[in-house]
Amino acid sequence: MKVTPRGLFCEPGGFYVDPTRAVDRAVVTHGHADHARPGHGRVLATPGTLAIMAARYGPEMAAATQPLAYGEPLRVGDVTVHLAPAGHILGSAQAVLEYRGSRIVVSGDYKRRLDATCAAFEPVPCDVFVTEATFGLPVFRHPPDGEEIGKLLDSLRLFPERGHVVGVYALGKCQRVITLLRAAGYDAPIYVHGALTALCDLYEAEGVALGDLRPVTVATKAEMAGQIVLAPPSAIADRWARRLPDPLTAMASGWMRVRARARQRGVELPLVISDHADWDELTQTLDDVGAPEVWVTHGREEALIHHAAGRGYRARALALVGRDEEGQ
Amino acid sequence: MKAFAMLLDRLAFTPGRLGKLRLIEAHFAATPDPDRGYALAALTGGLAFDAAKPAMIRALVATRVDAALFEWSYDFVGDLAETVALIWPQRPGANREPELTEVVEGLSAAKKTEVPALVERWLDALDANGRWALLKLITGGLRVGVSARLAKTALAQFGAGNGQTVDVGAVEEVWHGLTPPYEALFAWLEGRAPRPSVDSLAMFRPLMLANPIEAAELAGLDPADYAAEWKWDGIRVQIVARADGGLGGSLGQGESRLFSRTGDDVGGAFPDLVGALDFDAVLDGELLVCRDGVVAPFNDLQQRLNRKVVTAKMLADYPAFLRLYDILFEGGEDLRPLPFMERRRRLEAWHAATAPRSRMKDRMDLSPLVPFASWDELTALRDGARMAGIEGLMLKRCDSPYVSGRPKGPWFKWKRGALTLDVVVMYAQRGHGKRSSYYSDYTFGAWRGDPTDGAAELVPVGKAYFGFTDAELLRLDKWVRDNTIDRFGPVRQVRPGLVLEVAFDSVHPSTRHKSGLAMRFPRVHRIRWDKPPEEADRVETLAAMVVS
Repeated sequence: MKVTPRGLFCEPGGFYVDPTRAVDRAVVTHGHADHARPGHGRVLATPGTLAIMAARYGPEMAAATQPLAYGEPLRVGDVTVHLAPAGHILGSAQAVLEYRGSRIVVSGDYKRRLDATCAAFEPVPCDVFVTEATFGLPVFRHPPDGEEIGKLLDSLRLFPERGHVVGVYALGKCQRVITLLRAAGYDAPIYVHGALTALCDLYEAEGVALGDLRPVTVATKAEMAGQIVLAPPSAIADRWARRLPDPLTAMASGWMRVRARARQRGVELPLVISDHADWDELTQTLDDVGAPEVWVTHGREEALIHHAAGRGYRARALALVGRDEEGQ
Repeated sequence: MKAFAMLLDRLAFTPGRLGKLRLIEAHFAATPDPDRGYALAALTGGLAFDAAKPAMIRALVATRVDAALFEWSYDFVGDLAETVALIWPQRPGANREPELTEVVEGLSAAKKTEVPALVERWLDALDANGRWALLKLITGGLRVGVSARLAKTALAQFGAGNGQTVDVGAVEEVWHGLTPPYEALFAWLEGRAPRPSVDSLAMFRPLMLANPIEAAELAGLDPADYAAEWKWDGIRVQIVARADGGLGGSLGQGESRLFSRTGDDVGGAFPDLVGALDFDAVLDGELLVCRDGVVAPFNDLQQRLNRKVVTAKMLADYPAFLRLYDILFEGGEDLRPLPFMERRRRLEAWHAATAPRSRMKDRMDLSPLVPFASWDELTALRDGARMAGIEGLMLKRCDSPYVSGRPKGPWFKWKRGALTLDVVVMYAQRGHGKRSSYYSDYTFGAWRGDPTDGAAELVPVGKAYFGFTDAELLRLDKWVRDNTIDRFGPVRQVRPGLVLEVAFDSVHPSTRHKSGLAMRFPRVHRIRWDKPPEEADRVETLAAMVVS
């Protein structure tokens, strides 16, 4: 494995994992834009990830694609590749690469808690584990999802005249928040910003039930009182939100754990809901996979490396360019 | 503790007054005694613990968390209590989560040496939000944007919601006779008990306030019905002096207090005054800094406000002074039902008899009445008053009794004409709450150098965020978006192209601003869409308006 300006390169297999620029052969772990780029020659990914890439970039997003289901081995050059669930978003996978009896796992982005929109993370014992560290500080311990959704529902009861607009990322977070609301018994219509509909449709088509979703444009301002509206973070505090009655802005993100971050965003109701592993999940995963060697990619590497070293792992930072840490 | 922590968390992020009121009211409705009473005490600043200092919290966390991990985390989070709350390693099932009452009473009863172990046990039992609330509570800095007045307004709303006839004035009336956890107060507001007795003589009586008036409206009033006096530029206070103590006050003998207009006891910062109130009366007046009878600018008074420790140098450099407007009680006699002119006569007589033998002799005087025969004459007097310390004129109906609140008609405040300056918008920032999608806060500048020869620069002189209509805000917001030249987080820098006429009450030297000047109460008076920016005013013009 080599770190190149285009991303992590697997030499004996002749492919990149999550390259940030167009390459000949790519293994893509999941559909977020900082991992899945258009224009590659050949893309190997789960069927879910390929569907997301096609929805975002069009059917021409790569010259050729090859779907690979979780757990199925495939020989690429001198390397055996298989994909294991990462629990991050629909279709997300860890790339498990085996070469001459040693195994390296590139985990992409992942989380350990349950998520009704995707398969749960499977720890794969390995010799080298490549991990993210988006929330790689011990101040990040995400509370139970149910508590955070409860905060939103409580607010709806206390401020029934206000439209509650929740900032969510279009891919993953949006659909997860909807399934969490449904699991909490909220079966009223949920209004969604136009930028989110295509991916919600895709999730439904992949078998994730989201219930009654409606576009914001069908309702009058008065009808939006006491309703939940999901919108991309860029829209919640901008002109778009003026169509809502006295909007109460919420935001679902792991960054909401830190007050200064929430205030910076002008958020009135921060919801700590993340698709990334928190500190406990990161450290637990290192122990679960038991890899003597740990490479830390994007996020707060220094703290996780410090911790891993203390647990007896050889840990180092991989400086990958182009990872959009704030955008999660 | 969980409910209290949730309340603080929501309050900290809720920008609007109405939203905060509803959150507090809902908390009172959902929380049993005595927890809600201690929550009320926390919000009104009625709880103080001195055993839990930040250093103790730091020492505690050092025993549980790796030092390097803590430092990285503290760097990232930026707030000690928040970092500790988030990083504290949980011990699942360690202890039962404490109620707020247990925390308050536990801390009050604990010896200083016992506090760390107590706090550690609670930290183990609480979740991150609960730990944050605990640490904020015990280190004495809630900072959730709730004033005592707001909490009392929520109490009144809570009472009204339970069918009681109660307003915030009625809550203020009983407030100073009560102590945490305020069970009698909640019982009254829920209709389970009569109104708590207010036999304490050292308590606050809500002030009588005035409505603003403009020159054009004077024509409808008869000058013979009104008395005029200067409106001094200090802090309106109520002086409750109970030096004799022979009158049966339940708070004990010889108690004297200084209340702000919202009923907050501000006496702690003014021991020089409170300690010298050696008489028995309730007075209405203005708190000022005066040197040799000359009122100092408001800025000087600000040096003395909200100080916990007042040094001797502070007392000497910024001597506090009371200028009296009215008398509410003389001894035990309630004068509030008397007409204003009658009270004025009693005030003058009381002052003449009391001041010469009082320790307050050189620290208080009467605010003089301003005689006038016609509105024209009064207008001339007002326009001529440019000295420091005068904010305008008060007009009081000669027959008005002293009623708390802000009744329409008997009292008016006629502020001195504001100063104005044409300035150029330099930066804009989004507002809060309803305005969070609008660029509604404007930092503006005046020219230094000559703007027509190209060598001039704009120097920021102030910031304003009100004084325009909603329709104007829409247009301002659009202008900002269309003229942005740079962004710094939530702030946009704009092309120097829009002139605002800002009004402000006065201007003072300041070391905090690059221009060396600070405006008091700046607001947008008019938007000069028509005016070219190079014709805006210069810093020198503003500097010439400084009062000394």
